[in-house]
Amino acid sequence: MTERGDYEVVVGIEVHAELATESKVFCGCKTDFGARPNSQTCPVCLGMPGALPVLNRRALEYTIRAGLALNCSIARWTKFDRKNYFYPDLAKGYQISQYDIPIAHDGYIDIEVDGQPKRIRVRRVHLEEETAKLVHAGDDIISSNQSLLDFNRSGIGLIEIVSDADMRSADEARAYLTKLRSILVALGVSDCKMEEGSMRCEANVSVMPKGSKEYGTLAELKNIASFRAVHRAIQYESARQIELVRAGGRVSRETRHWDDARGETAFMRSKEQAADYRYFPEPDLMPLEIAPGWVEEIRSGLPELPDARAARYVGQFGLPTSDAAQIAESRELASFFDSVCDALAKAGQAQAADGPREAAKWLVGDVSAALNAGGIELSQSKLAPELLAELIGLVGSGKISGKIAKSVFEEVFARGVRPGDVVRERGLVQISDAGELAAIVKRVIEANPGPVADYFAGKERAIGFLVGQIMKETRGRANPQETNRILKEELAKRS
Amino acid sequence: MSLSREQTARLAELARLSLDDHELARIAHDLTEIIDYMEKLAGIDRADVRPMTHVSGTVNVYREDRAKPSLSQEEALANAPDRQGEFFRVPRIIEAGEGSEA
Repeated sequence: MTERGDYEVVVGIEVHAELATESKVFCGCKTDFGARPNSQTCPVCLGMPGALPVLNRRALEYTIRAGLALNCSIARWTKFDRKNYFYPDLAKGYQISQYDIPIAHDGYIDIEVDGQPKRIRVRRVHLEEETAKLVHAGDDIISSNQSLLDFNRSGIGLIEIVSDADMRSADEARAYLTKLRSILVALGVSDCKMEEGSMRCEANVSVMPKGSKEYGTLAELKNIASFRAVHRAIQYESARQIELVRAGGRVSRETRHWDDARGETAFMRSKEQAADYRYFPEPDLMPLEIAPGWVEEIRSGLPELPDARAARYVGQFGLPTSDAAQIAESRELASFFDSVCDALAKAGQAQAADGPREAAKWLVGDVSAALNAGGIELSQSKLAPELLAELIGLVGSGKISGKIAKSVFEEVFARGVRPGDVVRERGLVQISDAGELAAIVKRVIEANPGPVADYFAGKERAIGFLVGQIMKETRGRANPQETNRILKEELAKRS
Repeated sequence: MSLSREQTARLAELARLSLDDHELARIAHDLTEIIDYMEKLAGIDRADVRPMTHVSGTVNVYREDRAKPSLSQEEALANAPDRQGEFFRVPRIIEAGEGSEA
């Protein structure tokens, strides 16, 4: 891959997110993912002649909610338009969308890359309908002679969110998408699962000499199915364009297909072949007059958004900024964290002071690692907030050591059992009693004259060996601070 | 303004209509007349007029977000010219790699 050198990469992003409404946007069919093919359809979403759409009020409300959370202005008056084209996933021959007057416009998202804050403008948010899902009959699109259609997806409410060309790297694009997704999920307007296709994105990529005010010709990248793919696709495409321009060539305005397996983009169609959609106002749907009072009502009902939540975690609990951001960004982690904090507060003030920071450490550390290893979501695991709170309490009160806690955690995570029970069953209670520890320490010193001699000869590290022996003898249950103190005391007596 | 033969042919292509020379000429003529008529509006002072998109004057027609029963799979697929199991079946998409526009 070429170095960017004297060139600047310019990226704009278009995101489609399926609305998490119970029914479709213009008919009463369900929106459940994974239902039997063509089992959630009706004359409206099958595009039967004469069938008439009626707008789902909640789909409009969700679009306004998304618009407000993205700091947009909301249109006072708007309408739907027909986007005309022929493709098998679109039975009517047109998609109901919005053309010149989107429901929301001119907002922004604040992102941070390498500690650098940056504001990315959001040009518009509009509401439209999903298309049917095309499945290819053969092994792949090239070898198959036929395509199969599932209309369950057809007519699900879809919001399109278009950014300005404000991003200057693949990292910024990824940060924008991550933030956008966390906002939409926190709002509850979409579940944004890229792997299920409920969130999709396209990137417009161009390059220009550093400091130039004029953007280069852009290529539109399609078929990007994960955040990782967005990053790779933008890196590949910008490097391709820089190489082309350096060699004296010119970038042409075209749509390119991201091939994730090959890790490259390939030509799909040129501007000249681009569709002419002949938009016109949708006569089957009445225009919308959005009352400012309703917009304010929606605004006042917005939940706490990730940025605000992260700031609260830092302010209220003293979490490190990165832990706070990581937890606040995930709706699941955040609500789990809140529950752990509640449970800790209930259990007693003494532990509550340090508890939240410990909870955060567990969540971004061992818990996240265990979830990744198991390939599951937090909600699918057997770990409950009360269990983690109990475990933190056991460490906080000195009943078990931090090291033992990790092994208890593994069992709690795997079986959903109470940490206190694991500690009892396995006899893991920490030994902090000075008399008991002193006896063990003396035994270990007597059994290891070699290392003890090394210690007196100035080899500080020999003490580590002795601690290890004590831990071995107590199966890790010796209180580490106490052990160190007593060991040094006993050794001093012998010096 | 008159609509050229090429423009008319392009429109026919977008609408997936196959027209012979005679039909193309006739439609170009008809569309030109319609456009000329519309262009008369361009001479009127429209500064304070919002484009009319709908004629009824009704606004804000909604339904509540409640799921209703759908058609059965068999009903949904009953009129399909071609099907495979639970799916509608259509001829292969020509442009490899092309996804939906949506």
